[in-house]
Amino acid sequence: MRYAILLMGAPYSHQASHSALRFARALVARGHRLEAVFFYHDGVHNASRLAAPPQDEPHLMDAWTDLSREHEVALQVCIAAALRRGLLDEREAARHGKDGISVAAPFELTGLGQLIDLGTRCDRLVTFGP
Amino acid sequence: MHEHDEPLRDLLVILRHAPHGSSWLKEGLDAALVAAAFGQSVSLLFMGEGVMALMPGQGPGPLEQKGTAATLEMLEMYDIETLLVDAEALSALGLSADELMLDVTPVSTEAISEALSAHCLVLTF
Repeated sequence: MRYAILLMGAPYSHQASHSALRFARALVARGHRLEAVFFYHDGVHNASRLAAPPQDEPHLMDAWTDLSREHEVALQVCIAAALRRGLLDEREAARHGKDGISVAAPFELTGLGQLIDLGTRCDRLVTFGP
Repeated sequence: MHEHDEPLRDLLVILRHAPHGSSWLKEGLDAALVAAAFGQSVSLLFMGEGVMALMPGQGPGPLEQKGTAATLEMLEMYDIETLLVDAEALSALGLSADELMLDVTPVSTEAISEALSAHCLVLTF
């Protein structure tokens, strides 16, 4: 089946991100297609390239990046939710006059329309939140 | 029972959080509006403290957030006209449907499960 995940929990604050990642790994291990993970609400913090968790804890952002590269999973971040929480890619940082960049590929800032599109295109859209 | 000869509607957005205390309500409504703007048939279900979103006379308040009342007033413009409200939540909060800011349909627990199966996609905020 074709799946998508909607993730709305911040990393390390709640179980949601860890569970979503485990679910994503289980999906691809079973041979399902995971089209995309859509990050919304506090879930957008999963996209922060500046996250530096202790070395003996799972590195969630690296894990999402690995998942994306190994299985061609799109990592889509709601741009409106991201900007107000300080998550900007190169283009948005330039547009808003910021000297730091907190989002980089394979994460992409995109609109909520992508979430609706995933809900329409995929057989299942599974939500993880606090 | 769900009427099987009625076509499935596209999206049910469930709103379970009160306004002002968090961004859940705002971000849930945003998802509903975007789906409607994409031409989808969208219904809203206000559950639990989410029914407080419909209390009239709400301003932005001291948090200087815009609030959600203005968004709720735009729903009709987006053709979002199916507004369901958890009847048990209403009575638990001492409210009645006729004092709310929009014309809503109070629904029983049974009707809520029918609504869940009458939509292709359910998003919960």
